[in-house]
Amino acid sequence: MNITGEDLIKACSAIGAGLAVIAGIGPGIGQGIAAGHGAAAVGRNPGAQGQIMSTMLLGQAVAETTGLYGLVIALLLLFVQPLVGK
Amino acid sequence: MTEGILLASSDTVDMIKGLFSYELFGQTVWITTSHVCIAIVWLSLVIFSIIANRKLKHATEVPDTFQSIIELIVGLLDTIVEGSMGKHAPVFANWICTIFCFILVSNLSGLVGLRPPTADYGTTLALALITFVCIHVVKVRHQSAKDIWIDKCSPLPPWLPIWLPINVISDIAVPISMSLRLFANVLSGTIIMGLVYGLLGKFAIVWPAALHVYFDIFSGAIQTYVFCMLTMTYITQSYGDS
Repeated sequence: MNITGEDLIKACSAIGAGLAVIAGIGPGIGQGIAAGHGAAAVGRNPGAQGQIMSTMLLGQAVAETTGLYGLVIALLLLFVQPLVGK
Repeated sequence: MTEGILLASSDTVDMIKGLFSYELFGQTVWITTSHVCIAIVWLSLVIFSIIANRKLKHATEVPDTFQSIIELIVGLLDTIVEGSMGKHAPVFANWICTIFCFILVSNLSGLVGLRPPTADYGTTLALALITFVCIHVVKVRHQSAKDIWIDKCSPLPPWLPIWLPINVISDIAVPISMSLRLFANVLSGTIIMGLVYGLLGKFAIVWPAALHVYFDIFSGAIQTYVFCMLTMTYITQSYGDS
C-alpha cells in the first residue's frame, strides 16, 4: 500500500479533528456547574423557577461557544480540508 | 482508505449543493440549496402572515382556534421582548419577533426534509451582522462620543487607551461568536442526523424520531431563544444608562 503525501495530510487532518473536539470537555464542565447551581437556586427559591431557567439556559449557551469553536475546526478539517493542496 | 471514510461521510452528510451560477461584477455567484430553503421558509412565513392578517381584520370577541394561536404567539413574543428590553421594547419588538419566527421555522424545517438554512454560515452571519449594525447605530445615536470613548477604555482611565484595542476586538467578536454559535449548533444536529441515516440506514426506523426531537426541536428552539436574547441584551446595553 502506497501512502502519498495527500493521504498522510488527510490522516493527520482526521487526528487533528479528533483532537479539536476535545474542546468539548470545557463547556461540559461549565454547563454542568451552571445546571447544578441552577438546581440549587430552584431548590432555595422555587417561585423564581422560570427566571432561573432562562438565565441558566442563556449562560449555558454562551459557555457552549468555546466547544462549538472546536467543533467548527473539526468540521473544517474533515469536510473543507484546507490543508490538502488543490 | 482514509479517503474512503472521508468520501463516504461527505456523501451521507447533507452538504450545500450549488444549483446554478451566474456572473455578477466579475464574480461567480452560486444559487445553492440554502437559497431555495430560505425561499421556502420565507414563503411559508409570508403566507401564514397574510392569512393571520386577514383573520385578525375580522377578529371576533370570542376567539376561535386560529385566532387564539396567533394571539398566543404574539403575546408570548411580546412578553419575552418586554421582559428583557424594558422601556426600549416597542422600538425593537417587531424586529425581534421577525428574526425569532425566521430562525425558529428555519431550525424546524429540518423536520420536513429541508436542509435548515441556518446550517449555512452565510445565513447566520447575515443575521448576526444585522444585530451588530443595530448595536452600533443605537450606541452612536443614544450615547455621546465622550461616553463611548470612556466605555471603550473602560477598566483604565480615559486618558490611557491601552485597553482600547482589546475592547474593539471584543466588539468585533460579538457577531462572529453569535453567528458561529447558531451555525455550529444547527450544523452539528444536521451532521449527526445525516450520519445516523447514512450509516445505520437499515436500522434507523422509528427511534431517530427521538433524536429529531432533541436536535431539531429542543436544540433549535433553545438556540433561537438564545440568539434573540443575546440580540436584545446587547442592544439594551448599547442604550447606556440614559
